[in-house]
Amino acid sequence: MTQLIDKSVKQKPASVDYSAMPDERGHFGVYGGIFASETLMQALDELRDVYEKVKTDKEFQKQFDTDLAQYVGRPSPLYFAERLTQQVGGAQIYLKREDLNHTGAHKINNTIGQGLLAKMMGKKRIIAETGAGQHGVASATVAARFGMECVVYMGAEDIVRQAPNVYRMKLLGAKVVSVESGSKTLKDALNEAMRDWVTNVDDTFYIIGTVAGPHPYPAMVRDFQTIIGREAKTQMQEQCGCLPDALVACIGGGSNAIGLFHPFLKDESVAMYGVEGGGLGVDTGKHAAPLCAGSPGVLHGNRTYLMEDENGQIIETHSVSAGLDYPGVGPEHSWLKDIGRVKYVAATDDEALHAFHTLTQVEGIIPALESSHAVAYGMKLAATMTPEERIIINLSGRGDKDINTIAKIEGIQL
Amino acid sequence: MSRLAARFAELKAQKTKNGGHKTALIPYVMTGDPSPEITLPLMHAMVAAGADIIELGAPFSDPMADGPVIQAAAERSLEHNTSLHDVFSVVTEFRKTDDKTPIVMMGYLNPIEVMGYQSFAQQASACGIDGVITVDMPPVEAGEYVPALRAKELDPIFLLAPTSTEERIKKLADVASGFVYYVSLKGVTGAATLDVSSVEEKVAQIRQYIDLPIGVGFGIGDAESAAKVAGCSDAVVVGSAIVKKMTLNDGKTEPERSIIIKEISDILSAMRGAMDDV
Ligand SMILES: Cc1ncc(COP(=O)(O)O)c(C=O)c1O
Repeated sequence: MTQLIDKSVKQKPASVDYSAMPDERGHFGVYGGIFASETLMQALDELRDVYEKVKTDKEFQKQFDTDLAQYVGRPSPLYFAERLTQQVGGAQIYLKREDLNHTGAHKINNTIGQGLLAKMMGKKRIIAETGAGQHGVASATVAARFGMECVVYMGAEDIVRQAPNVYRMKLLGAKVVSVESGSKTLKDALNEAMRDWVTNVDDTFYIIGTVAGPHPYPAMVRDFQTIIGREAKTQMQEQCGCLPDALVACIGGGSNAIGLFHPFLKDESVAMYGVEGGGLGVDTGKHAAPLCAGSPGVLHGNRTYLMEDENGQIIETHSVSAGLDYPGVGPEHSWLKDIGRVKYVAATDDEALHAFHTLTQVEGIIPALESSHAVAYGMKLAATMTPEERIIINLSGRGDKDINTIAKIEGIQL
Repeated sequence: MSRLAARFAELKAQKTKNGGHKTALIPYVMTGDPSPEITLPLMHAMVAAGADIIELGAPFSDPMADGPVIQAAAERSLEHNTSLHDVFSVVTEFRKTDDKTPIVMMGYLNPIEVMGYQSFAQQASACGIDGVITVDMPPVEAGEYVPALRAKELDPIFLLAPTSTEERIKKLADVASGFVYYVSLKGVTGAATLDVSSVEEKVAQIRQYIDLPIGVGFGIGDAESAAKVAGCSDAVVVGSAIVKKMTLNDGKTEPERSIIIKEISDILSAMRGAMDDV
């Protein structure tokens, strides 16, 4: 890797055309690409070609927009969190309410898009990996709606900590397969989904849940998620007549973050913060923060920052939040880090739990543990800013799925 | 001539019972599985049992292309912290008494990526490795990888699959050397759904465009299937069927290792016999 990445290039190039990324083979600078096994290459090429076509296809885009409006319930509100703002005593805090989407998180934006593609391509079977279970639920939901078979791979550890979502998937008619290999979390679920896809590539559509995987997934998932940022931009304009000063979003694979950030990338006055799972603390080694403390490598089909040891083995991650417990990150974020456009930080388990309770008690909104990381950093950031400034925190999902985890931490039996 | 080219030329000159040329038998084992001490004696024993080329696995924490048997092998190997340096060491030792049997390393890209392509190629070549199969390195991404290997006279060995289009097969002809590895089925290693007639068809298609020996792997589990595949290919790769034997014991003591080595040798001898009868 040393020969490919010049670490001294930290400065953002004079003018970057963010919309031109990735290149036709899925590269964001040195990151991204198609590091997949030969059996999948044809399927990936086909998916890329179909996706390139629908990107400019009015019918497809109209169907997508209609589904987002009538099935998902978009636009999601941009909400001024007045009491939280007062309590923090700094910048005005706005919440982009992805928690109010159908199924309770941003994940459905992407599964609607990929579900439509699957239908167009005549696939009968959908597979997905899931960590927190939100992407699994969102995939099972579109499968139910389109009458497709659905198999969701989920790490054994995550099945325990996200039990309510497991049951939801089953109610929706999906088969949930417990993955017992490796660390028994999201990365292992992704490995297992890839193995399924290699075996059933003819009739199966693999809906990846974040901006990771081989090209075209990082670009395609991003494009489906940018509805978040496009809406937020318009809403901020309508409510305040200005751009926000800062954006904050949590980073698992990075789909809710890129969805919010991307439409603002060329607006240089807008600062952006991606918040990784800091676990017990980035300096303890027990975390899920590859952008803060990892190094570049290749995993799950793309080159990106990873948590890895000196031999190139992937290290087990730790985060209280199943959706952030992933040793990699979408390749576009790796590129945005290197060029300095987005700042990547971490919030610890404790900070996220504190933010979870604060938002619940002050605003009456129970956030997902993933989103609580963004709230934690957003509160810290707002406190350093002036009351004239505005920040948008992406509230990527609601916290109902996490109440078992929270109760357990508090020593309460439900 | 490289060890791989020499070996394939040698086999081509030898006749099977019915007058065809001999097919290479390539066993796959994971370095350091189940113990660090077993790999070297096992390699020599496999040659004695009829192996023509050895495919030596380098473990990776996330072996996406492998079924349960080889996944477990990687986990056992990683319990001993087996790294690329350990693979190089065992090959160095092997070469002290066997300078002929080609060795092909098979693994995933990230350990090589972290070491750096040039440093990897330099060390792999110096210890006596002849070719490298990197499952998740397709030709389109191999712009720096292939020249780095070539510069050290290592053969970059690429995979083809039932889903490979004519166009992809043609493109491979420009970058591949050593041999071409045809993955005989849609699936992961160790799957048991080998369809010999479709393998024959695809191998014939590949031969139209690529003038390299063709090895077939994935799903070959016994002497019978090895013999069938030998009939239409230049090499037969057998992995999971022998890696399964690594669970007989943990290979810590010499008697334990002998049990595993004997079982694997028996499987290979049977395959060798059946392949030479074709
Ligand atoms: C509510 C919520 N937010 C965030 C994430 C993290 O994923 P991403 O970084 O792709 O948005 C998840 C993943 O499961 C999630 O469920």
